[in-house]
Amino acid sequence: MSDALSVGDVVGQGAHAGHAVAQSADPFVMSFSIFILAIFIGYHVVWNVTPALHTPLMSVTNAISSIVIVGAIIAGGPLEMNLATVLGLIAVGLASVNIFGGFMVTQRMLAMFKKRS
Amino acid sequence: MLSANMVALAYLAASVLIILALKGLASPESSRRGNAFGMVGLFIAVVVTLQLSSVQNYAWIFAAIAIGGLIGAVTAKKVPMTHMPQTVAFMHALVGLAAVFIAVSAFANPVGYGIADGVGSLHVTSRIELFLGTFIGAITFTASLIAFGKLHGLLSGSPVTFVGQHLLNLLLGIVMIIAGVMFCIEPSWMPFLIMLGVAMLLGVLLIIPIGGADMPVIVSMLNSYSGWAAAGIGFTLGNNMLIVAGALVGSSGAILSYIMCKAMNRSLFHVLLGGFGGDAPTAAASGAQEDRPFKSGAAEDAAFLLKNARSVVIVPGYGLAVARAQHALKEVVDLLLKQGVQVKFAIHPVAGRMPGHMNVLLAEADVPYDIVYEMDEINPEFADTDVVLVIGANDVTNPSAKTDPSSPIYGMPILEVSKAAHVLIIKRSLSVGYAGLDNDLFYMDKSMMIFDDAKKACESLIQVLE
Repeated sequence: MSDALSVGDVVGQGAHAGHAVAQSADPFVMSFSIFILAIFIGYHVVWNVTPALHTPLMSVTNAISSIVIVGAIIAGGPLEMNLATVLGLIAVGLASVNIFGGFMVTQRMLAMFKKRS
Repeated sequence: MLSANMVALAYLAASVLIILALKGLASPESSRRGNAFGMVGLFIAVVVTLQLSSVQNYAWIFAAIAIGGLIGAVTAKKVPMTHMPQTVAFMHALVGLAAVFIAVSAFANPVGYGIADGVGSLHVTSRIELFLGTFIGAITFTASLIAFGKLHGLLSGSPVTFVGQHLLNLLLGIVMIIAGVMFCIEPSWMPFLIMLGVAMLLGVLLIIPIGGADMPVIVSMLNSYSGWAAAGIGFTLGNNMLIVAGALVGSSGAILSYIMCKAMNRSLFHVLLGGFGGDAPTAAASGAQEDRPFKSGAAEDAAFLLKNARSVVIVPGYGLAVARAQHALKEVVDLLLKQGVQVKFAIHPVAGRMPGHMNVLLAEADVPYDIVYEMDEINPEFADTDVVLVIGANDVTNPSAKTDPSSPIYGMPILEVSKAAHVLIIKRSLSVGYAGLDNDLFYMDKSMMIFDDAKKACESLIQVLE
């Protein structure tokens, strides 16, 4: 029932949308539902961000969108080195720059915001 | 190795932590904890992915993380706060490029991602997802590089326009979509690479016509794109955590773009068409108007007004960032506070080159955030303010946005500094702002110009005030 709910599942068994139980939705539809709901969460959470912190918001979202490192690790995962693996490894490096850089620069900025003493 | 359900639950936990990271930014106090949540979220995501059975190539993966992480960490430590806009733009480019590499890799080895059908070719839904993820990633990559070049001064900040520009973009867009559709029908390298190449070219062409002052919108928009690119990769991999994270970032960037457009009273479409404002003053607005009389003064005159005022509001703009004058300005503020003057800061949403740019610069100079006010909070107070000090800002104070329906910036919300008793303007010359407009504020009886670089002017003020 957990069709394609996780990469592990997909990698382990191969996508099997065609064999899904008649009542369960296509994995794409499940993902799409989650996508739309996440946009709503994002909308409400981000409107609450104070304008003073809009720059840290951008740098932290940079780090967050570098979650594509998950895909990069899977791409660079096989031991056999070929085009797919090498590109995956480069992507791991690029995403790492952003994850470390994004979170650390955000932390550096946030540490500067102080109240009147 | 964790079971598939455990992996899914761990990814869910990571998604929740990422939401909490954004939620924390509602106030400076909660933001630091929020950032820590985000780090833990990403850490969980990476560790869980590393233990998947298909991931074996540990030596290389750790090497890539170490090298990338080191570069990121050093950059984060060293980069000056005045360079944040271009740093953020560069990071968007990296997300875009990473997304492209992952998409190409997935196409080269669909079996490895579990997105192949029986004969090792791609599923149709996967083809569409891969097409979307690749072109959004590619546009994000090159567009962000151009934005970086403009913000860092490697490329001219002036708009680059030519005849038939929009038609060319439209044609390229159509070619890209046709190649994409061909790829979805028959996944082969040819249409894939055409689509990829055209998308990269489009990224460049979309940003070159956009002028420096519109960069807050563009940086926000690319922030949004980088999120959609991540979500696209999430769809390709069938990974809900990537979809959630990408959607959050995508909507965040979209909201910021909306706020920036609104603060300039322009539509996103109008900004994207480009050609508005450049780094060089445009000829049209100067000329005749520059003959109008204005008052100019020296640092002594300004210091006299400032220290005898009860209340002072400081309006910083991009000129403050360019001159890196934030620390010197803070010293001026300290000296005024010592004299018993009440000092506040007024920030226009589009001041600087990215959302929140001024707030970060002031925070860096140790200006407490509770004397820094947003436009809507401070506007009612200008009428009761003795002296306004405008430093490196121009268009956001231009009263013609309220009074002159023929002005190109008519309707743009401004900081209503002309309501104060006195206005001091520190500026290098009388030159026009990014909108290419003369500023009526400079010619008012209550206004005094101090012609100097923002930093030198602050240093002179410090000398006199001491």
